[in-house]
Amino acid sequence: MRARAAAAQLALLAAVGFVVWYLASNTAHNLEARKIASGFGFLAREAGFEIGESPFLAYGAADSYARAIVVGLINTFRVALIGIVLATVLGTLIGLARLSHNWLLAKLAAGYVEVVRNVPLLVQLFFLYAVITENLPGPREALNPLPGVFLSNRGIAFPVLAPHAAHAWMVLAFALGVALAVLLARWARRRQAATGQPFPALAAGAALVLGTPLVVFLAAGAPLALARPELQGFNYAGGAVLTPEFAALLGGLTLYTAAFIAEIVRAGVQAVDRGQFEAAYSLGLPRRRTMRLVILPQALRVIVPPLTSQYLNLTKNSSLAVAIGYPDLVSIANTTMNQTGQAIEGIAIIMAVYLTISLSISGLMNWYNARIALKGARQ
Amino acid sequence: MRWLRENLFGSWGSTLATLGILWLAWMLLPPFVEWAFLKAVWFAPDSRPCRAEGAGACWALIAEKHRFILFGTYPYEQHWRPGAAILVLFALYTASALRRFWRPALALAWLGGLALIGLLMWGGVLGLPYVENERWGGLMLTLLLATFGIAFAFPISILLALGRRTRLPAVRALAVAWIELVRGVPLISLLFMASVMLPLFLPEGVSIDKLLRALIAMIVFAAAYLAEVVRGGLQAVPHGQVEAADALGLPYWRKTLLVVLPQALRVAIPPLVNTFIGFFKDTSLVVIIGLFDLLTSIKVALIEPAWSGFGVEAYLFAALVYFVFCYAMSRYSQDLERELERSRTHALKGN
Amino acid sequence: MKARLAVAAAALLASGALHAQSTLDAVKSKGYVQCGVNTGLAGFSQPDSRGVWKGLDVDACRAVAAAVFGDASKVRYTPLTAQQRFTALQSGEIDVLSRNTTWTITRDTGLGLNFVFTNYYDGQGFMVPKKLNVKSAKQLNGATICVQPGTTTELNLADYFRANKMSFKPVVIEKLEEVVNAYFAGRCDVYTTDVSGLVAVRASRAQNPADHVILPEVISKEPLGPAVRHGDDRWFDVVKWSLIAMVEAEELGLGSKTIDQQLASTNPSVQRFVGATGDIGKQLGLDNRWAYNIVKQVGNYGESFEANLKPLGFDRGINNLWTQGGLMYAPPVR
Repeated sequence: MRARAAAAQLALLAAVGFVVWYLASNTAHNLEARKIASGFGFLAREAGFEIGESPFLAYGAADSYARAIVVGLINTFRVALIGIVLATVLGTLIGLARLSHNWLLAKLAAGYVEVVRNVPLLVQLFFLYAVITENLPGPREALNPLPGVFLSNRGIAFPVLAPHAAHAWMVLAFALGVALAVLLARWARRRQAATGQPFPALAAGAALVLGTPLVVFLAAGAPLALARPELQGFNYAGGAVLTPEFAALLGGLTLYTAAFIAEIVRAGVQAVDRGQFEAAYSLGLPRRRTMRLVILPQALRVIVPPLTSQYLNLTKNSSLAVAIGYPDLVSIANTTMNQTGQAIEGIAIIMAVYLTISLSISGLMNWYNARIALKGARQ
Repeated sequence: MRWLRENLFGSWGSTLATLGILWLAWMLLPPFVEWAFLKAVWFAPDSRPCRAEGAGACWALIAEKHRFILFGTYPYEQHWRPGAAILVLFALYTASALRRFWRPALALAWLGGLALIGLLMWGGVLGLPYVENERWGGLMLTLLLATFGIAFAFPISILLALGRRTRLPAVRALAVAWIELVRGVPLISLLFMASVMLPLFLPEGVSIDKLLRALIAMIVFAAAYLAEVVRGGLQAVPHGQVEAADALGLPYWRKTLLVVLPQALRVAIPPLVNTFIGFFKDTSLVVIIGLFDLLTSIKVALIEPAWSGFGVEAYLFAALVYFVFCYAMSRYSQDLERELERSRTHALKGN
Repeated sequence: MKARLAVAAAALLASGALHAQSTLDAVKSKGYVQCGVNTGLAGFSQPDSRGVWKGLDVDACRAVAAAVFGDASKVRYTPLTAQQRFTALQSGEIDVLSRNTTWTITRDTGLGLNFVFTNYYDGQGFMVPKKLNVKSAKQLNGATICVQPGTTTELNLADYFRANKMSFKPVVIEKLEEVVNAYFAGRCDVYTTDVSGLVAVRASRAQNPADHVILPEVISKEPLGPAVRHGDDRWFDVVKWSLIAMVEAEELGLGSKTIDQQLASTNPSVQRFVGATGDIGKQLGLDNRWAYNIVKQVGNYGESFEANLKPLGFDRGINNLWTQGGLMYAPPVR
């Protein structure tokens, strides 16, 4: 029996190995026959194309392909991170709305979830992009809903703080505040365990996190100069601009993922047994602490694993950017493949990047699951 | 009245929400109805009435292009063939959805049905002119991609799920590698790979046509996702069942086929249907590699200068078609889940 | 043994044909021409409401089929995206690539393909709304420019702005429909593509065509034409002369409606062309009436242009015959 299993496995491995070898040798032969150079040497060559938005990293047509791909990677992370935050907030609100006692609100939330989940994201992206570019006015007739904010089909231009040395110090102070708050929370927990006296660690921690940067800010003389966007020539200059491509992709990803998160949140809250509420109340815990100490930890145990996979989905779905022209990793790798003919290398880069993201997030999730799993209970 | 008070105006917050929703509806619905229905252009020989001042939605675009959207570049005189094929597909879908048809004969019906569809679509016999699969398109292609994708991916996914749970290390490693590698990357990258890299993998002079290449990528993709669902079902099979089968001395494959899989798949049906829905939506991505599915047909219909510029209408129509299919599937999955739940509790009580 | 197994497995997978022998023989034996075209480009290759492929590039495919089979309908079309087109030709998936592809030296030498002839001369230009009051491309510093990716267009644009020490913001959108919408909606100040495309878009899509100006600078040369695989001279000749025959027919004044009356013409050039004398067709490995079939079923170059591009507002311009001040010049068919 053992020997048979071993033989079968060996045969399988040999078959897979043969197929891989066969495909690889074909590929090598084809590349040679078509005089396609392989290897990643092309990454150092001049890219020659411009990229619409490259925040955090200056880029021009004279830069290398490698730099262009890094810009794409940054753009992917930018839209994915902001999308995750917004989708979580919106999804939680919709999920809770579905549980609302208000009939109209609950039905509206349910209808939203049904419609959005049953239409492909790509169709939604095309639709949103058409709506944004076709229905907003040009930059010279831009809507001006708030002073300094301009809404046009070039995107949303809004003022940002003009850079000042104090801002860097505020970031440091913020980090310091976070560290202090963590220490405080530990101390409070230990004291509660030892003496049974609760300490309002949350409020005090929040005061530390927000207060420390505020002190620095005031000490530096409250530098609040704004860089305002102004119409110069063809476009707005100064301030910051969210492009329509970014807005359509972010909006599409957020609205789509929020519908899935809403269902996860709803299921998580419903999964907590009613008896838990009643037990907490009968122990005399106030409502807010019941939520925080009893309900939320249990709901989170149900919510977190599917939520993480939604975050992963959102990140992978951001690759649809290529269809509406947001310069994400896939879109730039695609352009690179067209210009250089290095299809294998381009696809390898895309896959390697997404695999790294996926595997590290699932690693993180497994670690978290192990931490919050019921001690002693194995599933 | 009482219902209103309890469900719409139960508290301050609730009242506020109700009023807010009503106000939004008042602001948004009338202009939408006016645009989509009252002022819409339903039929027109060309797009000029649509471009007139104050005209609403241009549904005439859909009226003019509906045959192209449904059947793509399939020969116009032969459109009854994909039409009939769609009907056959619908009959198969319906039969598979009804529990009283769940018996081995259904598999035969599928084989026969798919053969009939192949016959209708390709032709070449019985006086039907041959139509090569480059000309298949539109809604028909979307349905075919989804159906054949699932039909091939499902058996593979069962093997993968079993492979992931086996004690044989080499088999398990291969199954895990397939599942995790595929689930870790976006479908687009697999489609790019199939459309650009696959021709390089094959020996010189041999090529696979575009449709088949895309289908291979979709099968590889769907199999990995389905495998995880099937694995969930396998985990739900009580251990005692496996032990009982072992005690009877059943060999691995008979144990798996007769005891484990039937129970595992039964539990996994609702999440399986949800995965089908996701896969059906994902077929729209082939627009990026230029395959003529429903979404591509709609976009190409917009390219003709006489009709371009009505993207909002076209995409709303696309959304509607996808919604009808996905919503039907998701309602079905919910009903089924409830029914299975009921029959299970019933069985438990019977014991 | 292994190799034979592999071949057998590959043959099972494969539905394409082996092209170890001459493409012409392979095409003749399978009974149709497999032609790679654009997934949708108005005037060049695009299915109409009945799903029938139409356009100038499509007519090139039909001409080849008419020459080889005497039947212009014996074509199968493979719609291709920009990134798939060269692989499709190299791997033998298609016999001819007729997909508005610019003839450049890197493509001709580095990608294992041969361009046969130019069926459309183009060049990249800029279109801007008149109200911006721009007179020259040199004034476009800082502008937002709509452009489609993956072609030489994107590179020419970047080169031009770098050469003139100007900057711009690209809005790169894959699909023509979306990029054109973006321009007319004002998402960009400038739309750049081949001048032919600008003309067509302005004529068909602008509310008032006079509101948009095409700037005088043409920043690139874009000779568009079909390509075949490198190293198959007989097939190369067939495709090349099929295209030339369309131009030659226009020079000779032969059209699809009139060619039957001209069969009895005493003009020796016409007699050679329609195959009444000589054996040009045989030398190509084709029927002697190959050119007659092209003109009869597809039409001459001018007719194809009139049918496909004129309605979109295209001007003959440099694509006129050399005798009328254009660049279309057919080597003699003799």
